[in-house]
Amino acid sequence: MGIRERLSGNEAVAYAMKQINPDVMGAYPITPSTEIPQYFSAYVDNGEVDTEFIAVESEHSAMSTCIGAQAAGVRAISATSSCGLCYMTEMLYVAASCRLPITLSVCCRALSGPINIHNDHSDAMGVRDAGWIMLFAETNQEAYDNYLQAMRIGEAVGLPIMVCQDGFITSHAIENIELVETDKVKAFVGQYRPKHYLLDPDESVSMGAFGMPAYYMEAKRQQAQAMIDAKDVIYKVGREFGEMTGRTYGLIEKYMMDDAKTAIVLIGSSAGTAKEAVRQLRAQGKKVGLIKVRAFRPFPSEELAEALKGVRAFAVMDKDDSYNAHCGPLFAETAAALYAAGVREPRGVNYIYGLGGRDVRVDSIKQVFAELDKIAATGYAGQTYRYLEVRE
Amino acid sequence: MNNIVEIRWHGRGGQGAKTAALLLADAAFNTGKYVQGFPEYGPERMGAPITAYNRISTERSTVHSNIYEPDYVVVVDETLLSAVDVTAGLKKEGAIVINSGKSPDELRGKLRGYEGRVCTIDAGRISTEELGKNFPNTPMLAAIVKVSGVVEPEEFVRDMEASFKHKFASKPQVIEGNMRALKRSMEEVQIG
Repeated sequence: MGIRERLSGNEAVAYAMKQINPDVMGAYPITPSTEIPQYFSAYVDNGEVDTEFIAVESEHSAMSTCIGAQAAGVRAISATSSCGLCYMTEMLYVAASCRLPITLSVCCRALSGPINIHNDHSDAMGVRDAGWIMLFAETNQEAYDNYLQAMRIGEAVGLPIMVCQDGFITSHAIENIELVETDKVKAFVGQYRPKHYLLDPDESVSMGAFGMPAYYMEAKRQQAQAMIDAKDVIYKVGREFGEMTGRTYGLIEKYMMDDAKTAIVLIGSSAGTAKEAVRQLRAQGKKVGLIKVRAFRPFPSEELAEALKGVRAFAVMDKDDSYNAHCGPLFAETAAALYAAGVREPRGVNYIYGLGGRDVRVDSIKQVFAELDKIAATGYAGQTYRYLEVRE
Repeated sequence: MNNIVEIRWHGRGGQGAKTAALLLADAAFNTGKYVQGFPEYGPERMGAPITAYNRISTERSTVHSNIYEPDYVVVVDETLLSAVDVTAGLKKEGAIVINSGKSPDELRGKLRGYEGRVCTIDAGRISTEELGKNFPNTPMLAAIVKVSGVVEPEEFVRDMEASFKHKFASKPQVIEGNMRALKRSMEEVQIG
């Protein structure tokens, strides 16, 4: 039985970091950072962890610090959000291609402009092709649980991992949470034993080397394979976590999908709001369901195709836009997943929603289901690229 | 059956409405409830109107939106009554609690026809007399607990005393002042 507590999402992740006691944190501690490095630096200062906290002058340097530390052979972490993540982008690619399992906490927030500090997924989606594993949380509990699983997953396949939660909506909200005892956390996460590292006196290796056309593509193919392999690892670690806590995790969470005729697919805190909408509509006898995407990288393509093949109509909700005059990234990849699996029947539409902290209410989600009812009845989707609750 | 109470706080930046919402979440958590306490962040300026929220329930609420139809509203700064539609969506079975030296009848006219209970508490005066400074948080918290019953009042007093003792271990006079402010507020809140 865990420890009953109430913490904000920021406090929860900082506490997970404390329990794990990683070797190095490289962080830029000022806006647009989160409270996480602030809380964690207090643990460092109080001697509650023996982490080397390296405060740097930018997020680019924060990730460079992590790359250096992890390459040397230790666990390195960082935390950022919004434009801080953008500023890290160049080094995110280096971390992934060097196959360094760094752990990065992201509180997802909008990007300028207009200047805005509130939640959406523009920052994380902007780096979705950097080669990082990406997990998203609905609640503070999931932000904490995902963080405890992150190192096991990243280290098993040699890829860095981003643990994302929704800025302000969970990061700054107090909720009940069940913490895992620190001794159990330490046993679960285990020691970091890299196969190759720079400070290994028995093996001289070079990292981050130049890749000529003769070898570059082979390196990238191996990187791609690591992401494919990450799927099974996420399931395995999620099952083991469930055996310890009773909370089992996979790539997606299906909610009331068994006999659903219409469904929505979404990521993050709004999934909780949408669950309430589903409960209320189910109470009226409507066969509705939802799918929450926990792992965006690796993308749960088979899982989504399997879960959606029986519905008549679905909506994919993107809290960001690709500005491609077509659709957001979650819709694009979901549609590709259905096509690849030969699933042709369900009609799908895309809603861009919740940008820059636009509040997403239970009624907002009910509007989407009302539209799906019409699409299911007529078999006609109409305009598939839609904005939810926007003045035009 | 999930009994859920939703509370919306209105204050001005720097007055501690967010802190009060988090304290209420703490108090309810300590009595075994599921809680949410969260602010609605705007431009961070001293004196600008701010909003904070509580959901307090017997089962976990999965909703992560702001609160539009609260059971209770707490107004930490009376001058907000002319600036913000504080009773928007407020259920008439609920109540509004306002930090003011005026009576409920004097303020009802400013509440755009709100039909439910109007409660006032002079939190500024209580705080000044008991703590020597205008920190309306503690008295407002006590008043909303008394009016809403969201936490059993006796349990609330015990819990707050324990938390003040923990927080101000080296300043016993602050503990006593806060406890007097708390109890006075529960006695003096006017329910109209």
